Amino acid sequence: MGTPADEARVMGVDGLDALIRALGERGYEVLGPRVRDGAIVYDGIDGAADLPVGWGDEQAPGHYRLSPRDDDACFGYAVGPHSWKRYLLPPRSKVFEAERGAKVFALRSAEMPRKRFAFVGVRPCELAAINIQDHVFLRDTARDVLYASRREDIALVAVQCTEPSGTCFCASMGTGPAATDGFDVALTELLDGHHRFVASAGSELGRELLAAVGAAEAEQADVDRATTVVDEAAQRMGRSLDTEGLAEALYANLEHPRWSEIAERCLGCGNCTLVCPTCFCTAVIDTNDVTGTGALRERVWDSCFTIGFSYIHGGSIRPSLRARYRQWLTHKLATWRDQFGTDGCVGCGRCITWCPVGIDITVEAAALHEPAPAAGAGR
Amino acid sequence: MATAKPALAVWKFASCDGCQLSVLSLTDELLALADVVDVAYFLEASSAVHEGPYDLSLVEGSVTTPDDVERIHEVRRASRTLVTIGACATAGGIQALRNFADIDGFIDAVYAHPAYVSTLATSTPISEHVEVDFELRGCPVDRHQLLEVVSALLRGRRPSISPASVCMECKRSGAVCVMVAHGTPCLGPITHAGCGALCPAHLRGCYGCFGPAETAATGALAAWWQEILGVEHTDLLRALRTYNAGASEFASKGEQHVASGA
Repeated sequence: MGTPADEARVMGVDGLDALIRALGERGYEVLGPRVRDGAIVYDGIDGAADLPVGWGDEQAPGHYRLSPRDDDACFGYAVGPHSWKRYLLPPRSKVFEAERGAKVFALRSAEMPRKRFAFVGVRPCELAAINIQDHVFLRDTARDVLYASRREDIALVAVQCTEPSGTCFCASMGTGPAATDGFDVALTELLDGHHRFVASAGSELGRELLAAVGAAEAEQADVDRATTVVDEAAQRMGRSLDTEGLAEALYANLEHPRWSEIAERCLGCGNCTLVCPTCFCTAVIDTNDVTGTGALRERVWDSCFTIGFSYIHGGSIRPSLRARYRQWLTHKLATWRDQFGTDGCVGCGRCITWCPVGIDITVEAAALHEPAPAAGAGR
Repeated sequence: MATAKPALAVWKFASCDGCQLSVLSLTDELLALADVVDVAYFLEASSAVHEGPYDLSLVEGSVTTPDDVERIHEVRRASRTLVTIGACATAGGIQALRNFADIDGFIDAVYAHPAYVSTLATSTPISEHVEVDFELRGCPVDRHQLLEVVSALLRGRRPSISPASVCMECKRSGAVCVMVAHGTPCLGPITHAGCGALCPAHLRGCYGCFGPAETAATGALAAWWQEILGVEHTDLLRALRTYNAGASEFASKGEQHVASGA
């Protein structure tokens, strides 16, 4: 970045509302948190009233419930089942269509999105996840045009995390609860006394937006308070994960009996991978229409938990659940480092909450950190 | 193309006809299909019958009578490619509940003159009797999947039908997990995809209409239902014993639960 953090600003809920509207007026498709079907999901928003005002959440392994708060917090919840990957790497996207005519064979490439996205309410762990996927998809050697076309010119309004859930562990992963860069605007919601947001700009767009909504200069007391509430959040993480020496331990423990024990509980359903904000695996599917003149190539979210995912001519190389869970966990916490230079986990806790049977990556990683019990020593 | 159009046949065994209706409900695509195939045998649609052999046979229904056993072998002999469609044909259907009960007791209780009833003690999928080239799941089958199977096989391509869990479709659709967020028992994690996660999208648990997924960890899911969601033994058994009661990954767990007794 190179530039020091901008002077902090402060605004009320009306300022936040104006910020959301200003993004819409600038031609962005504004997406943010909303309450739907008993959860906080990401969808289109028109103003601050669309946000989950007064809602919190309660999260535990395999368990999520919305809970009413006794205040009007707009961002008083932890992350829900959706992640921004839904927009940057859509669950299903067309790669191309082909049509066979009498003499010609026409190819039509994928349609690029018409509007730029503005994401409002991006948590620090989610910024980290976007950075990780950027690294996967925007490397010079392997640039993904579908991802790049959606990622370009995006506006990011981050919200520092003040309400970690029971399954959060970003503090362990070094991805939160505070974001220092990678956003256009970062907000910290303060609920003591007057409901307000301390805002800082991380880009020229951010500076313009804060000026446009008339955010005032923040007083030192508000800036200090914003630091305090985020620091306190770091102390309230529901979980932790010790990554020190973990990758090496996982490589040493590839035959650990714990893998088989997990396979007894794992459903192989794939939920953990699809809610993960960094998991990027897709399948490419070719189909033809009934007349045989039209063909379609699509890219859809896949998962290393499906048997077909590791299908190589003649069969799957990971037919057992033990092998598939091991592939997933070691990729997240060990081989991802070798491949991309970072962990593949940001500590958001989604895989723990949304596992239908509550398998907990922090518990499993801790067990696999330890050497296997000696043979004959029992469990 | 100078060659004759491929001959399509649609057969019925023990079933409700719902999967054949899925063929008819293709509507617009049905006209396109009729352009590229000769609908040679499809009594639900037309009384005009062309003699076999048939290039592609779609078989609905399960085998429940001695006559069915003979007839399915005739169908197989007359068919180049045989695809079974729906839970009856692929798992025995709801009528496979008889497999867990005393068939003579049913006959005596229902029919005034049991002597006229000729039936087998079990309802079995077509694949237990003849070789099947592709099984399309569902109660009923999804018409888009049906069209995909036919479109693929007409071009000599493997159908693009995922055997993974309903959860994969549910998460792709953006639906909120009813089990995690509402505590609603859902068979989605062990059920074969294909419906587009229809019930979870309407805030209901999955009923397992498409039968077991490629990996159906029935025991692990049953344990969570009972220990965490507080599902009673009889309700668990009922959930596993519907349209795909005869599918081994559902049936064997059901048997265990009967043995462990409530």
